[in-house]
Amino acid sequence: MRAGTAAPPRLPPPVPVRLPAVRSHRLGCGLQVVVAERHDLPVVDARLVFRSGAAGDPPAVAGRAFIAARMLDQGTAAFTATRLADEIETLGASLETHAGWDSTVVALHVLAPRLDAALRILAEVGLRPTFPDDEFERQRSERISAITHERHDPATLAGKTFAAAVYGPRHPFGAPLGGTTESLSSLGVADVQQYHRQRAAAGNAFLVIAGDVDGDALVPALEDLFDGWGEMPPGDASAGQADANGGGPAVIVVDRPGAPQSELRIGLPGPPRRTDDYFPLLVGNTILGGAFTSRLNILLREEKGYTYGAGTRFAFRSGGGPFLASTAVFTGATADAVHDIVREVGRMGREAVSLEELDRARRYLTLGLPQHFETTGDVAERLGEVELFGLGAGYHEGWVAQVEAVTAESVADASARWLRPDALTVVVVGDAEVVVGDLERLGTGEVHVRASG
Amino acid sequence: MGITLPCERFILDNGLRVILHEDPRAPLVAVNLWYHVGSKDEVPGRTGFAHLFEHLMFEGSANVPAGSFDALLEEAGATNNGSTAADRTNYWELLPAHALDLALWLEADRMGGLMPAITPERLDAQRDVVMNERRQQYENRPYGLVSETLLAALYADGHPYRSPVIGSMADLAAANLDDVRHFCTTYYSPGNASLVVAGDIDAGRVRAAVERYFGGVAAGPPVPPVSAAPASLDADRRIVMEDDVSLPRLYMTWHSPPYLAAGDAELDIAADVLAHGRASRLFRSLVYERQVGLSVAACQDGALLGSTFDITITGRPDTRLADLEAAVRDAIHDIAGNGISDRELERARNGIETAVIDSLQSVGGFGGRADRLNMYQFYAGSPDCVGADLARYDDATAEAVGKVVHDWLLAPAVVLGVVPRGRTDLADGHPR
Repeated sequence: MRAGTAAPPRLPPPVPVRLPAVRSHRLGCGLQVVVAERHDLPVVDARLVFRSGAAGDPPAVAGRAFIAARMLDQGTAAFTATRLADEIETLGASLETHAGWDSTVVALHVLAPRLDAALRILAEVGLRPTFPDDEFERQRSERISAITHERHDPATLAGKTFAAAVYGPRHPFGAPLGGTTESLSSLGVADVQQYHRQRAAAGNAFLVIAGDVDGDALVPALEDLFDGWGEMPPGDASAGQADANGGGPAVIVVDRPGAPQSELRIGLPGPPRRTDDYFPLLVGNTILGGAFTSRLNILLREEKGYTYGAGTRFAFRSGGGPFLASTAVFTGATADAVHDIVREVGRMGREAVSLEELDRARRYLTLGLPQHFETTGDVAERLGEVELFGLGAGYHEGWVAQVEAVTAESVADASARWLRPDALTVVVVGDAEVVVGDLERLGTGEVHVRASG
Repeated sequence: MGITLPCERFILDNGLRVILHEDPRAPLVAVNLWYHVGSKDEVPGRTGFAHLFEHLMFEGSANVPAGSFDALLEEAGATNNGSTAADRTNYWELLPAHALDLALWLEADRMGGLMPAITPERLDAQRDVVMNERRQQYENRPYGLVSETLLAALYADGHPYRSPVIGSMADLAAANLDDVRHFCTTYYSPGNASLVVAGDIDAGRVRAAVERYFGGVAAGPPVPPVSAAPASLDADRRIVMEDDVSLPRLYMTWHSPPYLAAGDAELDIAADVLAHGRASRLFRSLVYERQVGLSVAACQDGALLGSTFDITITGRPDTRLADLEAAVRDAIHDIAGNGISDRELERARNGIETAVIDSLQSVGGFGGRADRLNMYQFYAGSPDCVGADLARYDDATAEAVGKVVHDWLLAPAVVLGVVPRGRTDLADGHPR
């Protein structure tokens, strides 16, 4: 083949996106149910979502939502923890209970022929957990062991240090979602049980089911399963959002002598999920660090060879959450990589992105939409986000138009608001002896060095 | 469930095997290429080379300028990636259905015209990226250097599976453009690859397109075969490593039959019974009842020339490795002597069935339909094997699981303990 003689093929127009048909029902108990039927494979995903998560944990009780979620399947009125695990696994199903910042999810995945039995267990876990003392002690001590492990993982250590520095000691986001040794040590099973009682009501939850189900037949079955669940008003689980600390040190080095790489986390508090800037920030982030061909990945990986990869994201929680650039670079490149990231983050608000970059990012997002609705798990997750954040019926149907409406000006405008280079916190987990001098010469901010572990 | 993935198959004159699978569930199409080369084919002094070469495949080709491969795909709404294993290297694109020809064109261009694009600068840049991958995934990660220690203990010098896919820093540093040229000529030819196109396609039209894009790629020379005598250990090999960790961890690994060979499915079931899920034997005894373990895992890690059966148990901070090992030995002896219960067999079968059917939800990516078709093509010589694959687990009996565990897991193993620095006391009773 002779080089440089052929151009890429011309492509026909895109096939229209097909989004799942969604039906909503309100059960007698008040539980909102969202159903998306799909019959191509005998697979079902169901997610029971409580509208309460770790954002409601004041730092002193960090880990409360995390442990409460883990306790849901550790004993119920009808099952011991071991019996429940045996039942669900013998169905070939998975049932996972976990807390996020804004929600607590009981996620079921099962083949359709075994759905009925699995749904009974899901309802049992959602409605009738018993919080046995011994299971609580086991969960808590497992978590404390895991925390001791995390101190030796540079990536986890960097993320925790970043969150604490950006949000400070009084904001829920400043503490790890899974808690600290101190917060967990003072947590009692009664605290967790009371927390669960306050939030566990039909009016503070919703159920999403996607896959090979008959919606008409399913609703009466769900009426039976969730019959009698109280629809009390949602308890106020919010911790009262303190302002982000903001005034913390600009550059923090966590010393790991001899480390071959530095883990970098650079960012600042970002906007809530329902910000009007959502779409400009989504497109802008794709250009900055949200895709393989984004500015940071091309610069730090492909051009400079500093890293295996670099990326950025907005957490977009209900109450905000950070914007964060993450990468791991070889030790000698640390200060130069920090310099590049700070410059590129700031440039987003200072100068308009090129039309070529804008076009590529918009096309990557809009033409890539079908990939995000491929599996029943994808569909359940997407529909759950709409319900949790109140994005409104028709959100996904209007999504492509919203992305296409983003302009270079709206990206610059939103970036100037949220990506302020003077407000960035820089965390470096690496070999302080090698990196501190160069970091001080950068002049990004005062450099503070801490021991790890 | 009688699951089948109907395929149309043909072979181009240059030797490229092509597999087409119509799957109109979503307006997506998956392109998936397996080159039948991996770290098993590397020469001494060039460990890590198959993977380094994989990185070069994204750096442009005869008609694709540097940087354009990913840019063209992303602006078409596609995602793409690749991976290298001991046995094979795979590449995939997942695209909106209308953009199929772009991926076919890009794959054909780099199959037939990679070398014109590879300069010393591109090689150096990807060498740096791969060295950083090694630092990030292995050197700067707790327990990260265990895998290469295990391999060196399992396989004798010269065995194709002895070196880790990531390779050594010294060998990565030594790789040069002649190596790239030689590897490309030897292994990256149409006759050493298989192409799957799956998704919302019209097989007739795609067949014509594949012939158009790939038909002009020159056939390569015959590929040198790789073989190895079955690996075995004549005695337990015991190793203790100190690492920058806070939790002790026990690794036990045995040689086991190749992927899809007799005994492979039974060992999958044994892995589930031992350590998959909270109903498994080791989870119950070590994590739940005695609370000396934090997590347990077991895996029959299937491969072409012979597999390994791996158990990994992370202890609590003061857990003695000997206690973990004794529990594993007890569980294995019990299964070897008494088999497993009917309920354990049902649980493992149902879990495996769910996992396999679940993997068919995605048409592309790692482990989706297209990748699975190529996997069966490579290991079984025929793509539509998912039904036969699942039938292996239906045919397995509780007694057969016991017999296979008896035959393979009472044999010598590599027993590797990792302890926190300064805590070699946790390895007492774990003779070196």
